[in-house]
Amino acid sequence: MTTAVSPAQAASPPAGSSPVTMAAALNQALADSLAADERVVVFGEDVGTLGGVFRVTDGLAARFGEDRVFDTPLAESGIVGTAIGMAMNGLVPVVEMQFDAFAYPAFEQVTSHLAKLRNRTRGRLALPVVIRAPFGGGIGGVEHHSDSSEAYYTHTPGLRVVTPGTPADAYRLLRQAIGCPDPVIFLEPKRRYWSKETAVLTAEGPAIDRAVVRRPGGDVTLIAYGGMVATALEAAEAAVEEDWDVEVIDLRSLSPLDDETVAQSVRRTGRAIVVHEAAGFGGYGAEVAARLTEQCFHYLEAPILRVAGFDVPYPPPHLERFHLPSTDRILDAIGRLQWEDGNA
Amino acid sequence: MTTLAHPGETADTHSLLPSGTPLQLISHDGQPGENPGGLAIPAPAILRDLHRHMVLGRRFDTQATALTKQGRLAVYPSSRGQDACQVGAALALRDQDWLFPTYRDSVAILTRGVPAEETLTLLRGDWHCGYDPYQYRVAPQCTPLATNTLHAVGLAHAARLRRQDQAALVLLGDGATSEGDTHEALNFAAVWKAPVVFLVQNNGYAISVPLAKQTAAPTLAAKGIGYGVPALLIDGNDAAVVYAAVRAGIERAASGGGPTLIEAITYRIEAHTNADDATRYRASDEVSAWLRRDPISRLEAYLKSGGLLDDAASATLAAAAERLAEDVRQQMNAEVSVDPAEMFEHVYARPTAALERQRAALLAEIAELEGPAS
Repeated sequence: MTTAVSPAQAASPPAGSSPVTMAAALNQALADSLAADERVVVFGEDVGTLGGVFRVTDGLAARFGEDRVFDTPLAESGIVGTAIGMAMNGLVPVVEMQFDAFAYPAFEQVTSHLAKLRNRTRGRLALPVVIRAPFGGGIGGVEHHSDSSEAYYTHTPGLRVVTPGTPADAYRLLRQAIGCPDPVIFLEPKRRYWSKETAVLTAEGPAIDRAVVRRPGGDVTLIAYGGMVATALEAAEAAVEEDWDVEVIDLRSLSPLDDETVAQSVRRTGRAIVVHEAAGFGGYGAEVAARLTEQCFHYLEAPILRVAGFDVPYPPPHLERFHLPSTDRILDAIGRLQWEDGNA
Repeated sequence: MTTLAHPGETADTHSLLPSGTPLQLISHDGQPGENPGGLAIPAPAILRDLHRHMVLGRRFDTQATALTKQGRLAVYPSSRGQDACQVGAALALRDQDWLFPTYRDSVAILTRGVPAEETLTLLRGDWHCGYDPYQYRVAPQCTPLATNTLHAVGLAHAARLRRQDQAALVLLGDGATSEGDTHEALNFAAVWKAPVVFLVQNNGYAISVPLAKQTAAPTLAAKGIGYGVPALLIDGNDAAVVYAAVRAGIERAASGGGPTLIEAITYRIEAHTNADDATRYRASDEVSAWLRRDPISRLEAYLKSGGLLDDAASATLAAAAERLAEDVRQQMNAEVSVDPAEMFEHVYARPTAALERQRAALLAEIAELEGPAS
């Protein structure tokens, strides 16, 4: 299925200080990268004439021409495999996987070649390829349209995996990803495509591999990424009523993980919860919790908790609200952080 | 009459049909071939070059097989019997073109100019790829079947987008034609008119599985028509026709004519690798029948009957082959030197903090095992 599952809202360039959507910020990042570097090419399914099912590539083919922005046959392994060959020959491909779960046919090209070729050739063959993929749920998509596939990629050495939580950071991270000499899996939280932010779009700011503190707090650290950043921030605001002072970290880069920023926060608060939509078992949160335990054990006041999706295939639209981590579920988890055991 | 075709669909399928019998420029017994198609026999200098590289490549191949039995290589997939494909394909490329080989194509890589020691790095097991792909325009040997077809199409398409006069040749086997990536690559190449040549070395077996269990297509070349890719079916033990066919494909690619699919009928004389037992799936009289169709003897007979090769030249060449074998023995018998710290290099453009920590931990572990320096 390749149709948009939700009314796709046309992205438009930001004008002045008016709010910009994440989709528009991504569109601007692609346009600015295409304009800044003639080696950049953008291709995938429906990214040309249509502008992508989420309209992230809207207007780019008309502006930059069919040699720079083009539709491909419908074959994800083909898209990634040819991107590898193009990168070998001096181009900087930015390709789109139409949906998270539709990227699976490309898995072999990603894991066996894209991730490994630099290492296999002792650094002679660098592949500056960006794979953009909408990921996660929350948009009422029917099956195969809401997967959170980040852990498949973070478990693969050689790949960078990043995901933005805000429109301004979507612009920044995508510009940084396109400028990065390593292959980057760029996961776009599709439920936030239409979230708005008033901001100046710039590539300057935190580096591609750094986490940022989105909301400072002293009692507990919420560690989130992608679509869950906004949910974690909502939970943090709601927690004020309970007298909890919650810090929210937006990881931005899942691989490599910015251990330093995360551990510094947790050493200060002594409590941590990792939040993600993906199933908990073998999920990304397990890695974060394990590393924090290794690095911050003596600072911890309570076990590190995970608020994750259930260990079930992503549920149908009428059930997804029961599956996705909610502010209530995050607040419940905060309440379970052993506050009674000597919070000095 | 109304048409049901969508834009781009055409009734012209005939021009894409390969011949039903393999094209041949030199027959099994060294005479001019009876089915040249539109291909012309290469010039004498090229024929001598083909012969020379086949003799060198065969010696390299048998030496590598022997060294593997002695434990000096981790594994060696021999291409003995496929010498004409290996050499004909590599020599047909222009300097600026790219070769995308598989693990069985060491002789093609050697023929392209990669030194023997660098060619064998992967199979000796000291690193994954021993040569600089850009220096020789040879991609790393590809182990996951058919995945290299897409890399070749991408590189070729990039050349077209960048207005570079450059084509790509990808090598694959009969088994790989069943993989999805081959389908995607042929389709992408045709849609994009990418300057790429697909050479299928059909040796009859994918490890143990015979062609009849691999496909119901009349020939593998016949598959081209479904993609709109012109195809040739050739005698893969005739170095002259392999060279001429690949050259024709490269010329078509260079002139904007898009991709070509070539199926070369050949045979792998050795087992799949040293770890394989070919007697479990094929009869010895089948092997001996193919031994009688040896690509080197065939070209040698043709050259000798035309006065293009004499005994003195043969002796000189045999001596050069022995020197190559001696070099390979020396290189492969030398102790392998590896640097454990290199595992952490080149994972990313710059090692991550976590990789730096792991490298330091490993080096400390090694230092502890080795004890204090005396």
